[in-house]
Amino acid sequence: MSWIPGIFRRRKLYDDLSEEMRLHIEEHVEQLKREGLSPQEAERQARISFGNLAVVEERSREVWQWPTLESIFSDVRFALRQLRRSPGFTIAAVLTLALAIGANAVVFSILNAFLLRPLNVARPESLYQLQHGNEASAYQSYPDYLDLRNRNRSFDSLVAYTGGEVGLDAGSDPTEVWVEEASGNYFDALGLQPYLGHFFHAVDEHGTNSAPYIVLSYEYWHTHFEDDRSVVGRVVQLNRHPFTILGVAPPEFNGTLLFFNPTMWVPIVEHPALGANDLNTRGDRWVFETLGYLKPGVTPAQATIDLNSVGAYLEKTFPKDESKMTFTLARPGLYGDYLGKPVRAFMAGLMLLTGLILLAACANLGSLFAARAADRSREVALRLALGATRTRILRGLFTEAILISLAGGSVGIVGSVVLLRALSAWRPFSSWPIHLSVNPDANVYVVAVLLAVVSGLLFGAVPVRQVLRTNPYGVVKAGSSSRPGKWVSAREVLLVVQIAICAVLVTSSLVSVRGLMDSLHAKFGFDIENTMLAETDLSMAGYSGDRVVPMQKRMLHAMEGIPGVEAVGLADAVPFAMGVNNVAVFADNAADLRPVKASAHAYIFRISPGYFRAAGTALLSGRDFSWHDDKNSPLVAVVNGEFARRLFGSPASALGRSYKMRDATRIQIVGVSEDGKYNNLTEDPEPAVFVPMLQSPSVATTLVVRAGPHAMNGAGNVSNNSPDFPGAAMRNTLRQLDPGMPVIIESRAAPLAVTLFGPRMATVALGVLGVMGAMLSITGIFGMAAYSVSKRLKELGIRVALGAQRREVLQAALGRAIQLLAIGSFAGLGLGLLATRILAFIVYQATPRDPLTLGGAVLAMALLGLVATWIPAQRAMSVDPLVLLREQ
Amino acid sequence: MMILESLRRQPAHGYALVQHIQQRSNNLLQVEEGSLYPALQRLLKAKLVKAEWGVSSTNRRVRTYQITASGLRHLEQQISSFERMFEGVTLVLNPSKSPAS
Repeated sequence: MSWIPGIFRRRKLYDDLSEEMRLHIEEHVEQLKREGLSPQEAERQARISFGNLAVVEERSREVWQWPTLESIFSDVRFALRQLRRSPGFTIAAVLTLALAIGANAVVFSILNAFLLRPLNVARPESLYQLQHGNEASAYQSYPDYLDLRNRNRSFDSLVAYTGGEVGLDAGSDPTEVWVEEASGNYFDALGLQPYLGHFFHAVDEHGTNSAPYIVLSYEYWHTHFEDDRSVVGRVVQLNRHPFTILGVAPPEFNGTLLFFNPTMWVPIVEHPALGANDLNTRGDRWVFETLGYLKPGVTPAQATIDLNSVGAYLEKTFPKDESKMTFTLARPGLYGDYLGKPVRAFMAGLMLLTGLILLAACANLGSLFAARAADRSREVALRLALGATRTRILRGLFTEAILISLAGGSVGIVGSVVLLRALSAWRPFSSWPIHLSVNPDANVYVVAVLLAVVSGLLFGAVPVRQVLRTNPYGVVKAGSSSRPGKWVSAREVLLVVQIAICAVLVTSSLVSVRGLMDSLHAKFGFDIENTMLAETDLSMAGYSGDRVVPMQKRMLHAMEGIPGVEAVGLADAVPFAMGVNNVAVFADNAADLRPVKASAHAYIFRISPGYFRAAGTALLSGRDFSWHDDKNSPLVAVVNGEFARRLFGSPASALGRSYKMRDATRIQIVGVSEDGKYNNLTEDPEPAVFVPMLQSPSVATTLVVRAGPHAMNGAGNVSNNSPDFPGAAMRNTLRQLDPGMPVIIESRAAPLAVTLFGPRMATVALGVLGVMGAMLSITGIFGMAAYSVSKRLKELGIRVALGAQRREVLQAALGRAIQLLAIGSFAGLGLGLLATRILAFIVYQATPRDPLTLGGAVLAMALLGLVATWIPAQRAMSVDPLVLLREQ
Repeated sequence: MMILESLRRQPAHGYALVQHIQQRSNNLLQVEEGSLYPALQRLLKAKLVKAEWGVSSTNRRVRTYQITASGLRHLEQQISSFERMFEGVTLVLNPSKSPAS
């Protein structure tokens, strides 16, 4: 780093030098005066014989300068001056690059977070999860896990965990939280140290329900226990069972799944207390993930062989319970290949796409630069003629390119950081602890800057040949001459492709926006307006067996008592919410009751009397259930129209007929309801069946509460006007019934948000890509138009001088660009209409046959063309033949 | 090389160096005096000479240059390679006088 003091020393060197030269001339002057010259003459003579003082000084100083760096500084200053002189060009170029680099930074950052960055545990490189050899699933039964853990010789220690939702009662306001039930060796095996208190260990496990302990995640402790260090040792209720808080996990550890952050960990031996399964059923695979560190020196291949031998032993020993027991190893962060494979494929595709966007941006910027270089061919020629080297001129051009790429890169990085921060803080589903921790790190910045510089070099290289070929004398004499190029150049093809892609994106995003808007007014088979849901799992509040139905009846009656409530119903699950189940149903005369032989797989809802009225589902024929449809009366059901059509041919013929369940029970159909949507807005009509909750009780409970459209029924209840009505009243009423029961209260529309998530994301993604496509097309057309105008400026001037009309001038100048735009747009619109057929699988009622959409797309493309050609058109129109001819 | 040779004989300041070289070359080498300075700076940078402010015999404030040890070594190399080149040139231009014949 010797140059740092050098910079300070240099000032003294320069001062010494000037002083020395001044003294030199002075001495010479004295000498000459002594020889008899007049003072003026002496001064003159001395200066003549010394030579050009400034040049000498400059050259002497150069000796000390760091030649490349300082001349680069002067290049940069020059380039900045040049760029400031053409702000339109600069802004367009910087923005294009910012978008392209930003997109790459965002995608790379996600890729980095999910695929490159290791888990926050010790030695992540030797951490593997087990998955079944024949499928990407990793579920194990608990006894199998124990055998795998104890019999394998390849892992240091094998840990297991599973996730689940439980009711947490920490004194006030019971809530539903996501916990990870982890084997006792979990924290020790992963090499973690508690942030506070201590963890549970393998020695704490003494069989079923023997270790009622909790380790909180740092985040949950921070947000829900306000960093209270005295929580250690406190006893809270999970599903009405007392659990002791042992400690808090370190802040950087959020479980071994990258996108799923549990709120707490409890020992897996507590599973029966929290769920319905017991620990000892070998055929019941509920353990979500099994993972561990390979012993030093053991390769994954060796470990697989070892595990397979344990699997073979299990298959032989428990032939009744076990199916094929072969294993493969995979990375645990994305649940092995189950998510890992699609995520990897998707990210690779996305990276490729953004890479192409960047390449296209480079190509466009390249043609912009070529246009600029053509514009400046005179200046370049003049500089060449005056003795500038071609390297020097090229260096100037490259400096501009790099400056633009760095500016664009910085803007892009800043934008992507903002976006990524938002993405990291985003919780797409309120009821799932899904996190996308995609904050950028040093890798991302390095890659983004590298990409920026490389792309700068790429598009900066486009005009190189042009400059190298410049013949100074020819250009200075005649101005740049335009030779008609090939009929279609590669650049034009590229431009058409870009425009077409842009048009596809614009069309499909318009279609999906329209589809989204329509989907909120679709016919669901239930009402959204004025309806609230209260969802709970009674097992979380400790209800089971015979206590469930009376509690549900009490809840129903309590809801009916709220003023302003018009109708109340209860179901185990409602359409679009979590927990909607499927059953196989069989024709009445079916003998083979295997699932593959089923007449249909129908959505099943276990409902209370009055549910149809509360939900707003119309009964086409037959009757609703009553409280007499209980265990002592014949089994009955209401089916929807599609169910009737599948089993009996038509809705009308279904009434009074029967169908069979898998266990051969016969159920008589007493009513037929309208068809609806049950799981997905884009689904085809699906069969559904409603059965009375008294005949098929369930702990899963969702209350459907419908308020009157004008809930002001004379009671003068002010809260009726609040948007939260009747949510707050429902919460209070339920709290009075059982203060320890965790309840989620939401509007009927809320579960739809989850369903609409996919289409919304698709729309946003299409919109973002559409904007990028538009930006690229604009710079592409702009570059081409600007290039053709500046190339043909002289010709245009002559045309104007010969009396050409403005329209003709424009046609001559921009005809090609407009032509390409039209070709690209129409190709794109056509393709876009085809693409919406695919889109229809994601977005409800995405149809291209919509004049508004089509008109919008055409308008968008026209606008885009207008924006892109505006500046070149202005320039072509303002051609003043006199000025031009004088210049030549 | 000429500068180094002059400085080897005795340390000098810029003006004196110019005078010295012009005299020694019998005014055959008429160079701009200024062109001395970039050369001096290069030598300074390469640490072949060193400079010090002082007072000259004529009682003027001057910056006196002095050849360094590495300057001397460099000069010797330069002279020998120059002589070899000169010898080569002579051989080509005037083969009859070549020492080999």
